[in-house]
Amino acid sequence: MKSYFSELFTGAWSLIIGLKVTIKAMFRPIVTVQYPREKLEITPNYRGHIDLVKDEESGSHKCITCGSCMRECPSDCIVVDGEKREGVKGKALTVFTLDFTKCSLCGACVEVCPTDALDYSNDYELAGFTREEFHFDILKRLEERA
Amino acid sequence: MNVEVLEDERHHRFVLNMGPQHPSTHGVLRVLLELEGEYAMSLLPVLGYGHRCHEKIAEFKPAKSFMPNTARMDYLGALIYNHGYAQLLEKATGVEAPRRAEYIRVITSELNRIQSHLLWYGAYLLDLGAFTPIMYAFDDREEILDILEDITGSRLTYCYYRVGGVCKDIDDKFVTRTRAFIDRLRGRFPMYDELVNGNVILQKRLINVGDLTPQTCYRYGITGPLLRGTGVAYDLRRAEPYSVYPEFDFEVPTETSGDCMASFKVRFREMEQSLRIIEQALDKLPEGPVMAAKVPKKLKIPAGDYNSSVEAPRGELSYYLVADGSDVPYRLKVRTPSFSNLSVVPEMCEGMLLSDVVSAMGSLDLVIPEIDR
Repeated sequence: MKSYFSELFTGAWSLIIGLKVTIKAMFRPIVTVQYPREKLEITPNYRGHIDLVKDEESGSHKCITCGSCMRECPSDCIVVDGEKREGVKGKALTVFTLDFTKCSLCGACVEVCPTDALDYSNDYELAGFTREEFHFDILKRLEERA
Repeated sequence: MNVEVLEDERHHRFVLNMGPQHPSTHGVLRVLLELEGEYAMSLLPVLGYGHRCHEKIAEFKPAKSFMPNTARMDYLGALIYNHGYAQLLEKATGVEAPRRAEYIRVITSELNRIQSHLLWYGAYLLDLGAFTPIMYAFDDREEILDILEDITGSRLTYCYYRVGGVCKDIDDKFVTRTRAFIDRLRGRFPMYDELVNGNVILQKRLINVGDLTPQTCYRYGITGPLLRGTGVAYDLRRAEPYSVYPEFDFEVPTETSGDCMASFKVRFREMEQSLRIIEQALDKLPEGPVMAAKVPKKLKIPAGDYNSSVEAPRGELSYYLVADGSDVPYRLKVRTPSFSNLSVVPEMCEGMLLSDVVSAMGSLDLVIPEIDR
């Protein structure tokens, strides 16, 4: 009988101790962020999908159409193609697409690039209704930014 | 939930499908329960809902391209899975990672382990009906994710380690933030302790529930905090030291009771030990490169078989690779801890109350994509 009451008392007391923590937390500053209305600043090191780097000197990209990224990609999601143009050394870039539905953001393409023509974008709000929305035309994106 | 009544001569048992979308079975685990009243008389975990053929995928592309896949197997211990795989290929090809890279691997892996345990803490108590703790745990976990995001570029499925090092060096900001986090989490442990660990409801639901003995663990190949909860101090970081772990001073926490409360306490103490490892690693952090100078572009693996094991948050993780001399593995076998840990469920939970089944399965800390890979 005695142990029953002492158990009841210690049990109830343990609940009060737990409640004390939550009551204390009520007076601490709020840590949650109301997402679509408020946004946290994202780190510049965030690895989004790839983008072509804009070359400040030429105003264009630095890609030499070597196709290293295309070969290195574990999921075959990059397509690079170029054509021979007069007055341009090597091949000129005509196609650079990324199938983001297959990309696993490993960063192999950025690391292998000999001219540092690729970089990660900071886009994270990626939601769409069709698959085709994630077949990015990276070259077009660069032109739109310019 | 589907309820189907089975007619039996002696008993009236009914078969209940728990999952694949039940709140207390994380991911897509389905458990076929046979109930007699409120007692679970037999349990059968059903797998296959999240199978993605990872091991088969490994046989079709160059070995180093498999790195992002390792993170998708266990999304909570992604860096540790990266670690095991990078180590495997380094063993196989003879590439050696610089010391600084090994230190960075240890620091980030341990942060990842704490993150995994914090999520387990929140989710487990959520299963047991306590909603508040997950909010506190996520507050701390968010800080780890921010620290790791700044350095690895991702928040959950990291692909940070490379064969021969890590892909990006850490900076002073990382070091100061990690040190601040160590202090912060140490200050929070007493709060976690007060919040639930002494709670009478939690104790009644965990103590003497889901008892395991070392013998049962050996039979099923159970490793990790569950095995340490039965009193066996088996931790691969100590038992079969890899990377730079022998250079750090840390304990392998054990409990002797073998019930859910034991693994609960072991995980808590493991977080404290991980903090100790991180602190020592930050103090001793050597200067130098983070990538080996010469890593061949086409990584040819000499014919033979290779094995690499690491201590994942849920137990022993092993990679076993058979190579035929090309850069594509002939076969890659992954031994994941949760698979062995799950296989004890039919024996452990037989004859339990349904509500105890939830707490016993939660203490296994199951990550389904790791079981079903």
